[in-house]
Amino acid sequence: MRKELSDACQKLKIPVGETNQNLYNGSFTIEGGNFNCAGIVSTSIKSILQKLGIPGDLVRKAAIVSYEAEINVVSYAKKAVVNLTVVPGSVNIEVIDEGPGIPNIELAMQEGWSTADQRIREMGFGAGMGLCNIKNYSDEFHISSEIGKGTHLKMIIQTP
Amino acid sequence: MKLSDVKDILDAEVIVGEENLDMEVKTAFGADLMSDVLAFAKSGSLLLTGLTNTQVIRTANVLDIAAIILVRAKQPSSETIALARELKIPILTTKYILFETAGRLYAKGIVGCLPKVENTSGRN
Repeated sequence: MRKELSDACQKLKIPVGETNQNLYNGSFTIEGGNFNCAGIVSTSIKSILQKLGIPGDLVRKAAIVSYEAEINVVSYAKKAVVNLTVVPGSVNIEVIDEGPGIPNIELAMQEGWSTADQRIREMGFGAGMGLCNIKNYSDEFHISSEIGKGTHLKMIIQTP
Repeated sequence: MKLSDVKDILDAEVIVGEENLDMEVKTAFGADLMSDVLAFAKSGSLLLTGLTNTQVIRTANVLDIAAIILVRAKQPSSETIALARELKIPILTTKYILFETAGRLYAKGIVGCLPKVENTSGRN
């Protein structure tokens, strides 16, 4: 199992991270504009959490929030780092991107608000639901953004 | 019902997952907007969609969707097929339109993975 994970990480060029029973700490990178790779990081996160024995419904929540965040990075940012930290009691996912930033977070959080182009819509996204979905599936959600620098998301999913 | 029954009801072609036709399915969700699928679809459901790119497979994987039914005779790209094989997600394609596909399955006992959304903002 450990080898599978390591092979998968090697293939994706991401660090294996430190695993210690139900603890994990690792980072991934997402390349902006690379639509073909959108979803690879969340697929990896899902597989790591499954291997750590996190319950299926919580794995799904974590996979959904990281996937929507990944779609946002691919759609709007230059690149991003995703930090996954699993500690007893919670799964913590941080997405720190280098990008244009969000001028009005309150507006961006409104369902239906979108600046997506045709390419994003063709993928089945861009309807202004991403951040809402992230917020709704997270037990705790923080967002901050600086124009011209980037956006920082933090999602916490509580585990038993 | 079994996925093989779904195949027969929809006169569908199996593109990926011929070996998974024994799988039991009870519920379904239909949409072309993946954010809606992420918001509402439940694990173990069929996903009825007209979208054929790799994000459909990623979305299905994230949610543990049982199988993807492509409607309106849509054919997936080779990248989509390869990813579905890798992640072991069956893909069937049917010539029926989305409405007919849903109706034919519903008539045989498949129900929506949720009957309606809870409130006006569409949150579950």
